[in-house]
Amino acid sequence: MHPAPSVILFSTLSGLGFGLLAWLGFGQPVVFGWTAFWFYALAYALAVGGLLASTFHLGNPKNALKAYTQWKTSWLSREAWLSVLALVFMGIFAIGEIFLGTRWSVLGWIGGLLSIATVFTTSMIYAQLKTVPRWNHPTTSVLFLLYSIAGGALLTGHGLIAAILLLIAAAIQLLAWSAGDKRFAERGSTIETATGLGFMGKVRQFEPPHTGTNYLLDEMVYVVGRKHAKTLRLFAIVLACLAPAALLALPSAGLALIGLAAVVHLIGLFAQRWLFFAEAEHVVGLYYDKR
Amino acid sequence: MTQLPTSTERSLGLVIDLDTCVGCHACVISCKGWNTENYGAPLSDIDAYGANPHGTFLNRVHAYEVQPETGPAQTVHFPKSCLHCEDAPCVTVCPTGASYKRVEDGIVLVNEDDCIGCGLCAWACPYGARELDQLAGVMKKCTLCVDRIYNENLPEEDRVPSCVRTCPAGARHFGDLADPDSDVSKLVAERGGMDLMPELGTKPVNKYLPPRPRDRDDNIDILAPFLDPVIEEPTGFLGWLDKALGTVSGGKTDKKGAS
Ligand code: SF4
Ligand code: SF4
Ligand code: SF4
Repeated sequence: MHPAPSVILFSTLSGLGFGLLAWLGFGQPVVFGWTAFWFYALAYALAVGGLLASTFHLGNPKNALKAYTQWKTSWLSREAWLSVLALVFMGIFAIGEIFLGTRWSVLGWIGGLLSIATVFTTSMIYAQLKTVPRWNHPTTSVLFLLYSIAGGALLTGHGLIAAILLLIAAAIQLLAWSAGDKRFAERGSTIETATGLGFMGKVRQFEPPHTGTNYLLDEMVYVVGRKHAKTLRLFAIVLACLAPAALLALPSAGLALIGLAAVVHLIGLFAQRWLFFAEAEHVVGLYYDKR
Repeated sequence: MTQLPTSTERSLGLVIDLDTCVGCHACVISCKGWNTENYGAPLSDIDAYGANPHGTFLNRVHAYEVQPETGPAQTVHFPKSCLHCEDAPCVTVCPTGASYKRVEDGIVLVNEDDCIGCGLCAWACPYGARELDQLAGVMKKCTLCVDRIYNENLPEEDRVPSCVRTCPAGARHFGDLADPDSDVSKLVAERGGMDLMPELGTKPVNKYLPPRPRDRDDNIDILAPFLDPVIEEPTGFLGWLDKALGTVSGGKTDKKGAS
């Protein structure tokens, strides 16, 4: 799948933003006044900035409001709903903490849970697709959630918890990569099942249907740069998980160290997300005899 | 509405004969023509006269080579457009309700006025049947020529999909696949019509008729290569030519290596 920068930015930033909102909603930490202001400013910048980036992926954004209609079947529509609900609940909760010096803790809990649910709906947009076997698995959702909650813990200064969550994420990431490498073959779709011609013999592409490119090849049969995948995996797991965990485990985890850990984590997360798309193979590639 | 109907009154679709398709791409062109001039946004071309021309098509013809365990390989031309799946994953993922499956005839359509161009439906389709038009920014797919098949302004023989009407080999058939007595259903039963990627559970309406086994001339005697040539030496004009050329090339003739 084509690793579009808008989608990478969207899913990493908004994941981090909603993770931060969840921790704030649960009162970890309890903040008031200016401190609260800066926390919420960061959380909203990440979450809303991410959501805005996602609209760059739309061909026809003027209809965006219609995306709220199909929540019964569509994970994308559910995500649209939950993200707005989470932002509204957390927004009201934030007003109390910043300006009134009060905590409407029920609102905070609801907002926090909605924030986590939003990240889950984002993950399901990918995890639901049978056409992309690498994504079509619960580990996709588990990782989205872990990265989001760990990122929130990191940004709220919960050093030890963040470090533990990042180490768990690293372990599951390794599992997801190695299981994901085999899943396309396990699901059994081949050029023979795609064409139905397997009963005659071994099938290969003789001539592509068009000489130029097309939307399908650009969007779903992205093969550029996969050869760097192994190196990038190392890079991703070290920067997203291991290095920040090590930094946070240092005894004197001050603000500067947390900031450094957050930046390193985010860079690693970009690499992880780039791989998430670039390594994902869509079954339509079978018709073009390439994945 | 992106909830799939539990059942449709009819299941209109195509039956594509891989035995007779000659890979001429006439259906590709007629589809592009009809659907650029009619329903919805035109199918755009990008850089049409430049170095890298590409564009939106609703129907494309692939070509495969199948190598059996023994014997020669066979070429199969393979047209592919939307299969109007019964369990269409492209429909349920759509956040806006732009994608839907019609209850009356099972046709899967996109209402372009509602589409936000998120492309998720194209990701959900296993068959590459949906292309996001790069100029219009909305999703395009085969409409089963819904604006022809019910169109009373057209002469009756034209009330079939453009690709079916155009195919010079008669490789594309149109009809109701839910009716076991329809011509298309009989054809599917007779020829063993098959689903593409059945393991994904999309239950396509369109069916593909497999290529028939090729004729083989089994009457050639295996000793044939050892038979004597009927004519030892060329005679008549060929004989003269052989001799004449033999003189020119230094007395060599190609028969029996005489020099
Ligand atoms: S072929 Fe693709 S676009 Fe057509 S109905 Fe099936 S899944 Fe949807
Ligand atoms: S591209 Fe259009 S039709 Fe397809 S899922 Fe998005 S809104 Fe629906
Ligand atoms: S039915 Fe119409 S829209 Fe569909 S492939 Fe044929 S010509 Fe194109």
